[in-house]
Amino acid sequence: MLKKIDKRTKNNFITYAMVIIAFVVVQILLASGSMSSLMKGLLVPLCVYMILAVSLNFTVGILGELSLGHAGFMCVGAFTSAFFSMCMKDVITSNGLRFFLALIIGALFAALFGILIGIPVLRLKGDYLAIVTLAFGEIIKNIVNTLFIGKDSTGFHFSLKDAMSLNMEPGGEVIINGPQGITGTPQDSTFTIGIILMLLTIFIVLNMIYSRDGRAIMAIRDNRIAAESVGINITKYKLMAFSISAGLAGVAGVLYAHNLTTLNASPKNFGYNMSIMILVFVVLGGIGNIRGSVIAAVLLTLLPELLRGLSDYRMLVYSIVLIVMMLFNWAPKAREWRERHLPKNLLKRKQTAKEGK
Amino acid sequence: MALLDVKNLGISFGGLRAVNAFGIKIEKGELYGLIGPNGAGKTTVFNLLTGVYKPDEGIVKLADRDVTGKSTIEINKAGAARTFQNIRLFKELSVQDNVKVGLHNQYHYNTVEGILRLPRYRKVEKAMDERALEILKVFELEESASVLAANLPYGKQRKLEIARALATSPKLLLLDEPAAGMNPNETKELMDTIQFVRDEFDMTVLLIEHDMKLVSGICEKLTVLNFGEVLAQGTTSEVLNNPQVITAYLGE
Repeated sequence: MLKKIDKRTKNNFITYAMVIIAFVVVQILLASGSMSSLMKGLLVPLCVYMILAVSLNFTVGILGELSLGHAGFMCVGAFTSAFFSMCMKDVITSNGLRFFLALIIGALFAALFGILIGIPVLRLKGDYLAIVTLAFGEIIKNIVNTLFIGKDSTGFHFSLKDAMSLNMEPGGEVIINGPQGITGTPQDSTFTIGIILMLLTIFIVLNMIYSRDGRAIMAIRDNRIAAESVGINITKYKLMAFSISAGLAGVAGVLYAHNLTTLNASPKNFGYNMSIMILVFVVLGGIGNIRGSVIAAVLLTLLPELLRGLSDYRMLVYSIVLIVMMLFNWAPKAREWRERHLPKNLLKRKQTAKEGK
Repeated sequence: MALLDVKNLGISFGGLRAVNAFGIKIEKGELYGLIGPNGAGKTTVFNLLTGVYKPDEGIVKLADRDVTGKSTIEINKAGAARTFQNIRLFKELSVQDNVKVGLHNQYHYNTVEGILRLPRYRKVEKAMDERALEILKVFELEESASVLAANLPYGKQRKLEIARALATSPKLLLLDEPAAGMNPNETKELMDTIQFVRDEFDMTVLLIEHDMKLVSGICEKLTVLNFGEVLAQGTTSEVLNNPQVITAYLGE
């Protein structure tokens, strides 16, 4: 009994420690100046991807629903927070406070969208749910691309056509300019903030899993009918999990938006490709395995950069690595091999055998 | 007043009349058996009683409350808990966590307390752990508390399902073929457990079973279902000697 709790705490501790050690190593590398500017530029995106992977794993691994629209929630978080920051640029001069408020706004809006979309979508199962979330992600991206919002002395102006039809007084400022997005967002994101948010995300997700709510969510994942039969409110917990996951994706969006001077919704950053890439992190890191998601996000983001020397063969090698990792993680033979060769698993097996008797 | 009072229950699936004019009265503390040939509609009756299906007609009263057509969750809260013919455990959760899910509606703290691990979280989780272990002890499962439910041997999985149902502190326990797939020794052990649960928790039990040894061994009253209708009802010895019942089971 005590042992089990210890194991969980130990596991969580390893995850936190891993992130903190990585942070310290990067700081040392930065201080000693032995990091290329390319790598420096990757630091915040790395945090963004880690947060996204962990939050999507909450939907896919813990709630057990395949969502292909995760980038959509990130998009909501990014644009709402960037919009807020642009409006408040001159009002709130403290960068820290403004970013903090932007963070809350981005997360709340993304969570709100999670609830709104979750209500219809969570009635579906499996493939259908995946397809609808996929459509949702694309819709959000496309709506943002046609959105024009401007501000002048009379207040906000809104249009879905073009910047001219905003009919603003002279001196008005276009904040969201359709496909060109938001330009001039204050760059408040730093690697340190990214890591803190990352730790916060892991903290929320891990603690959630081992709480009453988390158990209910996993019970629904494992057997919906049985969960209902012991009085678990399916709709409530599904929505809760989905919106928390969306809110955390929103946090990633806020971080992302405040790392760039120009924020626009292209297929590359908020489209289908992004959603699938996050899903790849989750699947390769192990569905339901939070630490795995973090590691996979880091490795798979760094890999294409590290392979840059191979020039034309880069993506070829990348895909081969993906296939090999997939086989290593999931193929029955590979799993057998791993179980036989990892000393930790050997011990664990002995233990369960003893407990089972 | 009977704990479970069902009158004139019926449901059709398309053109098939699965259950027709089903009635049953179970007094508090009774161990009641529901038997019948394959396809007679026993599990359908269970699904109607627990809100999985909504009845086309009839009244279900549980502890004087009308629960007809209520949702599974409401019926569980009203005091009926069940197990399933094909075991439905939370396979990726530990044995203890399975029971703790059963305790879900009796122990409360909110999401924020859970995420921040506030004092109430620790207190309530501790109480839940203790209660779960207490229940597991009844089924001699406390040794496997931290094992994943999927890794339990078959007989123990059946027991765990009953433990989980009991954790919701029901008034009425519905067991759908608890001895299915068990060997004679396991069945014997299960019979003792069911009787023990009834006595210890002051429980009322309704069970579906094919194993006649188990039925005649522990059930005090029986209802026989055939083609969706009640064929016979009464005390166990009465029913089992009823010529109609023998015909339905063994043929002419």
